[in-house]
Amino acid sequence: MKSSELFTLTYGALVTQLCKDYENDEDVNKQLDKMGYNIGVRLIEDFLARSNVGRCHDFRETADVIAKVAFKMYLGITPSITNWSPAGDEFSLILENNPLVDFVELPDNHSSLIYSNLLCGVLRGALEMVQMAVDVKFVQDTLKGDGVTEIRMRFIKRIEDNLPAGEE
Amino acid sequence: MADEALFLLLHNEMVTGVYKSAEQGEVVSDRCVLLAGEHGFRVGQGLIERFTKDTARFKDELDIMKFICKDFWTTVFKKQIDNLRTNHQGIYVLQDNKFRLLTQMSSGKQYLDHAPKVFHRRLGIFVEDKIL
Repeated sequence: MKSSELFTLTYGALVTQLCKDYENDEDVNKQLDKMGYNIGVRLIEDFLARSNVGRCHDFRETADVIAKVAFKMYLGITPSITNWSPAGDEFSLILENNPLVDFVELPDNHSSLIYSNLLCGVLRGALEMVQMAVDVKFVQDTLKGDGVTEIRMRFIKRIEDNLPAGEE
Repeated sequence: MADEALFLLLHNEMVTGVYKSAEQGEVVSDRCVLLAGEHGFRVGQGLIERFTKDTARFKDELDIMKFICKDFWTTVFKKQIDNLRTNHQGIYVLQDNKFRLLTQMSSGKQYLDHAPKVFHRRLGIFVEDKIL
């Protein structure tokens, strides 16, 4: 038995508890996103300290780092990067397998639940700490019967450092 | 294979969440201990089921405690229990000198209040294992 199962089981316990606490799936999704965000803003420090990657010059580099370094480091998987928008500001991560959902089945009464939504929050929070505002969402999910799990990431804007008034 | 840093952050977030949800004038400690213990219990059940699928039945209580102190603790907390004591009447004391979930908290005095919350959650993991 691997200790990764501890993570999967712990995550499952979290989602189960949230489904009890909140009456509808939308609220659970929001809470997962929020918790993911809180994790992401801290995880990025760990990532930068351990991975030795330099500053990314564009969104393509960012995508590579996310898929090939970050996902590998934290979840032991390497999603593929596809479906770039013509403007280069949107791409998809395709996960052939998702460690969060091992042994998981969604009951029928939770069809709007985005089980792994924590991941979206983590990505959003982590990237915000490196000055990138992004939108992250699941567009396919093996838990819902899709062939793969697909996460769509969209670059919104660079976050400038806020200077105090009077300092330009 | 989920990384330890990610797991610790997730665990931390869950503990914080449980306590936040009880902040409105409730008696914080009891309910939170119960909830955190429930989480741990559920996780513990799942872990034990998977872990002991292919192993023989435990002979007696001491066998179970040895399993917990060595195999189980190593898988979950990456080390064995440092000390096991018993009064031979059903009470066991497990001592871990460097509890993985608290090592990042123990340096500051302000964290000592929060330490019990983390620990209660983990207690939930094995409190009912004897029955299995």
